[in-house]
Amino acid sequence: MIRFEPRENISRLNSAGMRVAAGLLALVLAAIPIAAAGAPVFEAYGLMLKGAFGSVFAFSEMLTRATPLIFTGLAAAIAFRARLWNIGLEGQLYAGALAAVAVGTGAVSGPPGLMVPLVLIAGAMAGALVMLGPTLLKVRFGADEVVTTLLLNFVVILFVQMMLEGTFKDPMGMGWPQSEPIVDEAAFPKLVERMRLHAGLLMALAAALILHVVIARTTFGFRIRAAGENDAAARYAGIPVTATLIKVGLISGALAGIAGVSEVAGLKGYLTADLSPGFGYAGIVVAMLAGLSPLGSVVSAIFIATIFVGADSMSRALGVSSYLADLIVAMALLCVLIASFLARYRIRRIVRHPTEPAPGASVGNS
Amino acid sequence: MTAADPNEPGRAAQATVLSLAGITKSFGALRANDGIDLNVGRGEILALLGENGAGKTTLMNILFGHYVADEGTVSVAGPDGRLQPLEPGSPQAALDAGIGMVHQHFTLAENLSAFDNIVLGTEPVFSLRRRAAGPRRQLEELMQQSGLGVDLDRRVDSLSVGEKQRVEILKALYRRARILVLDEPTAVLTPPEADSLFETLKRLAADGLSVIFISHKLHEVLAVSDRIAVLRGGRKAGEMPTAGADRRSIAELMVGRDVPAPARAARMLGEPVLELDSVSVHGSDRSRTLLGVSLTVHAGEIVGIAGVSGNGQAALAGLAAGLMTPAEGSMRLAGHAVANHAPAAFARAGVARIPEDRHHDGVVGSMTIAENLIVERLEDPAIQRAGFLDFAGIRRNAEQAIEAYDVRCPGPQAQARLLSGGNIQKLILARVLDRDPKLVLANQPTRGLDLGAQADVHRRLLEAAEGGAGVLLISEDLDELTAVSDRLVVIHNGELTEAGPAEGADRTRIGLMMAGHDETERPAA
Repeated sequence: MIRFEPRENISRLNSAGMRVAAGLLALVLAAIPIAAAGAPVFEAYGLMLKGAFGSVFAFSEMLTRATPLIFTGLAAAIAFRARLWNIGLEGQLYAGALAAVAVGTGAVSGPPGLMVPLVLIAGAMAGALVMLGPTLLKVRFGADEVVTTLLLNFVVILFVQMMLEGTFKDPMGMGWPQSEPIVDEAAFPKLVERMRLHAGLLMALAAALILHVVIARTTFGFRIRAAGENDAAARYAGIPVTATLIKVGLISGALAGIAGVSEVAGLKGYLTADLSPGFGYAGIVVAMLAGLSPLGSVVSAIFIATIFVGADSMSRALGVSSYLADLIVAMALLCVLIASFLARYRIRRIVRHPTEPAPGASVGNS
Repeated sequence: MTAADPNEPGRAAQATVLSLAGITKSFGALRANDGIDLNVGRGEILALLGENGAGKTTLMNILFGHYVADEGTVSVAGPDGRLQPLEPGSPQAALDAGIGMVHQHFTLAENLSAFDNIVLGTEPVFSLRRRAAGPRRQLEELMQQSGLGVDLDRRVDSLSVGEKQRVEILKALYRRARILVLDEPTAVLTPPEADSLFETLKRLAADGLSVIFISHKLHEVLAVSDRIAVLRGGRKAGEMPTAGADRRSIAELMVGRDVPAPARAARMLGEPVLELDSVSVHGSDRSRTLLGVSLTVHAGEIVGIAGVSGNGQAALAGLAAGLMTPAEGSMRLAGHAVANHAPAAFARAGVARIPEDRHHDGVVGSMTIAENLIVERLEDPAIQRAGFLDFAGIRRNAEQAIEAYDVRCPGPQAQARLLSGGNIQKLILARVLDRDPKLVLANQPTRGLDLGAQADVHRRLLEAAEGGAGVLLISEDLDELTAVSDRLVVIHNGELTEAGPAEGADRTRIGLMMAGHDETERPAA
């Protein structure tokens, strides 16, 4: 028989090392389906690495892919810290993108110094607004935000599709359901000549740094942590738990909304209904892999972007399916969840025999 | 092994039915049980006395098969009376051998009837038709024999605590328990209910049931048991027949040193710090309801609220903590009408609040001791500047508090969940009492603490009163109330009744008042 004993102290370094090990383990496990697909494993991983780091272009493509993942990862991290399970990042992302298109395609005009902040603010507000409803329903009526946020994704995405077929449809778009292009003044500047990498990456890194400082070093971050870890004790101690949750919901929705703005104004230039290949859902994975740490979210976003971009080139060169990327990411998440359990508990094998005493106690039975 | 052969005829011609020999159990570096020998005779009530952490629960968990002992054996008398070793680590084997356990926290399904709870798990799983008549007859017989009366058809959630406990005991007896283990059975009972439990236990013992009665309350143990075994620090500190045992020497055995009663200094009563005037609270259940109560606590005064849990204490504590708002009536704190019923406002107004459930409401377990110490004072300029935490100030504050309140911990950065109950309580005391409070709300402040930690809490409350704070002490422990408070007030069914000075209070009269029998006048409702 096997029993689990809680560990007394988990060092931060241990926990980070454990996460890296889990990511590597996922790659080892993913070798099995790669081999099963008939591809040489080492060559496949080599191509993957080359596809993400092999050239300046590959590297910039990988960072371009990481940018929205950092934003949605941060959005998930701050919400989950407060035990506010925002599963609606995808919808908030689209709401942000729609708002960016609403103000950034010529409805308002001004210099870039005005237009870029304007589309950012519009997108942030739209994302925050989408998250406000579920948050209020949760704190007011105890409605489960997992359900409400998840379902709102479909509402928002269908609404975006409706707008792309109607009000926002580009008359010059040859009938495709896409928006008019973002005006040049509202588009994010590119970071490297002739590459797609844009200023959204710098904004994402800045957001990660700010969020890290807020959570670790401010009284507001203290309130978020206390409310998330034990809301009864926080409430008893006089921490405004409800107000804190509402603020966290707004920040989380705003970050997801900015992810949408960044994709439209930084990368694509216009909005289509397939703007995001699931960045909102991947953001949850990013945050979980990072243990809800904002700075860690940058690292895990790069890890996931590497796998996605790398898998594309691997699949082109070897003819294996690029769905392997999803498999690796899913396995990484499972490995991290198991590893974080193992970091918190010690495994003891119990030998049950009358003459042979065995150590160990069961969890929660002391 | 030093134990005498348990199969020899024991003292007083009692056949030994249970024998624990040389039980040793370690958790890491901690020796929870260290070579404990214990025998229980047929029809004997053995009291197992010890502080928290003395090893009582570990020992009983080994007996019941939840833990496997590192060394030592458990033997139970079989049908022929011969002692046979019990398979370690198997609760089923313990049940089969006739060991029944009544836990402090009941393990009943609240939405089922008493009858269903008792027969639950004893009926065949794959049977389409329920044969209830046989078990019912058997149970009625059992109730008659044991004198444990319960309405079998009532839902458990409508039963009183005492009745639920009877259901638990019946459940054990129905499964043919010959050895009944009761873990702190009186913690939730009124004194009359406890007396009635003792009568029942004595009658059951006279019929041959063996009882192990776990407690840390001396007077109960003296009232009910035949023999007392005292555990301390995982070892058996002593064992003696109850007849002729001396209260003081047992207490010393338990604690390992002399326990002085809290010293009371004469105190001057000051202005009222808490005034409730005909306050009503309409809560979701009985424990959260108050019906037009009036109460005044003066500066320098300790007012003890006596009562069985669930009679409105939660509402009274909620009012004083700022968690609840009166539906009717007025409330004044330190002479000012309360404008904002919110925990933060109350903390700012100088109310030191010690919650009933220290783990759930008192601390954020995964945050550090230093962080838990500042959780009520995030606006304080000593710990933050412009919203940014001042880590040096937080650390300084924690080091001072740990020192002044003797919190035993690895350091300020240790997680609060790693502390023992007594040290968590010290942490909370440090957090709330260190700021010269005007009013102290102490809700069950010593529940589950060992005697040493209890004495520490009592000393702190008395010091606070001497420092000019009014103290509202809500407790179910009459000993604690009479030892610490100046004045007693009984709470029953959402109403408060003055019970006079605490010193020399008549326990029987207060016990009756707690049960709702009030011989003094009461205003018509």
